[in-house]
Amino acid sequence: MEAVLFYASSAVAILGSLMVILLSKPTRALLSLILAMTAITVLYLLLNAHFVAIAQIIVYAGAVLVLFLFVIMLQGTAAVEIPLLKRFPPLTSAAGILAVLIFLSLFIRAAVRSPEFKMIGAPGDVKSLGLTLFSGYLLPFQLTSILLLLSVFAAVALAKKEDA
Amino acid sequence: MIPLSHYLIVSGILFSIGLAGLLLRRNLLLVLLSVEIMLNAANLNFIAGSAAHSDTGGQVIAFFVMVVAAAEVTIGLAIAVLLFRKQSSVDTRDISFLKG
Repeated sequence: MEAVLFYASSAVAILGSLMVILLSKPTRALLSLILAMTAITVLYLLLNAHFVAIAQIIVYAGAVLVLFLFVIMLQGTAAVEIPLLKRFPPLTSAAGILAVLIFLSLFIRAAVRSPEFKMIGAPGDVKSLGLTLFSGYLLPFQLTSILLLLSVFAAVALAKKEDA
Repeated sequence: MIPLSHYLIVSGILFSIGLAGLLLRRNLLLVLLSVEIMLNAANLNFIAGSAAHSDTGGQVIAFFVMVVAAAEVTIGLAIAVLLFRKQSSVDTRDISFLKG
């Protein structure tokens, strides 16, 4: 059962991500990214990270990608992507794909050699996550709050009209 | 029980797909979407490591990655909207104001 879920949702995640980079209509690419993220959420659930999985659905699929959807909709018909083969000179595209394949082969070689662990899973409920977050990771937590505040300032400063 | 290396390979494939999208896309919004795929692949890696070592820290780091992604999306989309308002195109080839 676990294996079936793992391989099925991995396949959906990989196919969805492939669609994101291959489809030429931005809205469709975005919707397939939502599909891929939902599949990744299943992997989180298999790894016993329940709260992260729910946060992934609410924060990513719910908020971030809907924000993307709004911006894509704002651009309307102008947001069409050039077809894949006309986007860059063929040699440039081939060089990019070659670089990615080299990276992937190096990564997989390292991953296969990784030592075997018993995947017992860490506790993923809200209580243990909160205890870890507010005891061992208090300074990074405060820093992320400053980061969020600064990004709000930056977004307001960027969105404001020049002459205002 | 799924071994750790399977999770690592899936996250490596997802990261490579995101990297390919980053290199092969010309629409600025879709480049940002590819960055989201890469961040998610990193998150999957963190959570797999958390399960392997039975340490909740990996899941906490995944939360930090989500926060950074939200901040990055806010600013990236604001820049994309500005660019679209200025030159009614989000093609990365058209962004050449800083070219000497």
